[in-house]
Amino acid sequence: MDVHSTPPLMTLPDPEQLLEHLYAQIKPRIQAETALVGIYTGGVWLMERLLKRLQTELGHDILFGKLDAAMYRDDYAQRGLKTSAHPAYIPFDINGKHIILIDDIFYTGRTTRAVMNELFDYGRPASVQLAALINRGGAQLPIRPDMVGADLPLQAHQSFDLAMNTLGRLSLSISESASPAKPGADDHA
Amino acid sequence: MHNPQLNAQGQLQHLLSIEGLPKRILTDILDTAENFVGVAEREVKKVPLLRGKTVCNIFFENSTRTRTTFEIAAKRLSADVLNLNVSTSSQSKGETILDTVNNLIAMHADMFVVRHQQSGAAHFIAQHVPPHISVINAGDGRHAHPTQGLLDVFTIRKYKPEMHNLRVAIVGDVLHSRVARSEIHALTTLGVPEIRVIAPRTLLPTDVEKLGVQVFHNMEEGLKDVDVVMMLRLQNERMSGALLPSSQEFFQTFGLTPERLALARPDAIVMHPGPMNRGVEIDSAVADGKQSVILPQVTYGIAVRMAVMAILGGGNAA
Repeated sequence: MDVHSTPPLMTLPDPEQLLEHLYAQIKPRIQAETALVGIYTGGVWLMERLLKRLQTELGHDILFGKLDAAMYRDDYAQRGLKTSAHPAYIPFDINGKHIILIDDIFYTGRTTRAVMNELFDYGRPASVQLAALINRGGAQLPIRPDMVGADLPLQAHQSFDLAMNTLGRLSLSISESASPAKPGADDHA
Repeated sequence: MHNPQLNAQGQLQHLLSIEGLPKRILTDILDTAENFVGVAEREVKKVPLLRGKTVCNIFFENSTRTRTTFEIAAKRLSADVLNLNVSTSSQSKGETILDTVNNLIAMHADMFVVRHQQSGAAHFIAQHVPPHISVINAGDGRHAHPTQGLLDVFTIRKYKPEMHNLRVAIVGDVLHSRVARSEIHALTTLGVPEIRVIAPRTLLPTDVEKLGVQVFHNMEEGLKDVDVVMMLRLQNERMSGALLPSSQEFFQTFGLTPERLALARPDAIVMHPGPMNRGVEIDSAVADGKQSVILPQVTYGIAVRMAVMAILGGGNAA
């Protein structure tokens, strides 16, 4: 990665357009046995937006769930349990379902691994795919998103922040941390 | 004063008593427990948080129920569990508490769940273990039973989320009850405005008003318009001397009957920490009735104990 790039000048895309792009990739993959599972927090916002539109355009209900995977993270021994965790919500039988996981920012792949481990404790899905609004690069595991809104490489000390205003509109910003993120640090950071 | 339950960063290191714990810690435990409630309903009733850790239940005083719920909680967190019933073990051969504990540390135990008939036993052990080991008090003498207090407030919060607006009555043998003390501290810390205790004078500690409760000696007055009725077990095994004429007479005066429950608010819930003495402190019609949440208390107790162990067993975010 080019360490001399000047991130503040980077023109950030409109996340609404990225979501549009993601929607176009997800829509043809919806089958009768497909379920959308959002990963907290940003992924749940995206899942709810996608779900609403898919149900309207396809004219039928689609199964959905929400996962946090705080109890499956690999940094528990270092960082303890996240205090702001959300209860899992999987209100359907996962056996035989085609699961599309929805995340906002894909980074190390560790969150995806944790979510998949939790998912399989509910049963045996027929397939699992991953959709991410942004792939920022930096995967540390053999896991990559199957659908992305955009590939936007970011340096280790930077992170994307996805926000949603009260009207439900998404916005994107970059924050900088003083020290580069530790290897394997939270890929949601 | 240094709180032995918190580490230098103000995070929970041991759970010994609810007294002295800040509201944010209690709320953290309750919020975390919400996440564990659903685990029991999944195909795999386990999460991997304590995989590779060893939890030691050291029970110097018998309690099958409490030990079982801690054991299930630890197993659902994937820990290995060792149950030591010390009353029938080495102590009868003359080994001291610390020798027992040191032996378990030498076996690389990571967490101790301690029950003892003497108040302060869990504090004593917590002061002697190395910093990577956590101690949970599962009941010490008449002093504290913090996880029971937490599961009771968790249950109340589930049914009556507006805790700042509640009237709660604790009924029965407050004198011998570590549960009552833990409940009172938890309810006070979480902002419950009105806590009543209803008991005969002989079963109340002399300084009970200092805990911030209103004292009643009459069920009919004390139960009026309460939202929550928390019954206590009559602790025959901890009583010495003639504190009570008979258990039948206790039921006549302080037993929770349907007629007395009708004085509380119509949507009031009835709780009991178990094991129940039916016909002594509670009528079967109430224990098995629509307003009883006694079995949900047991279910939530596992989630709350999982939360405590999960918080204690993890690393400390810098």
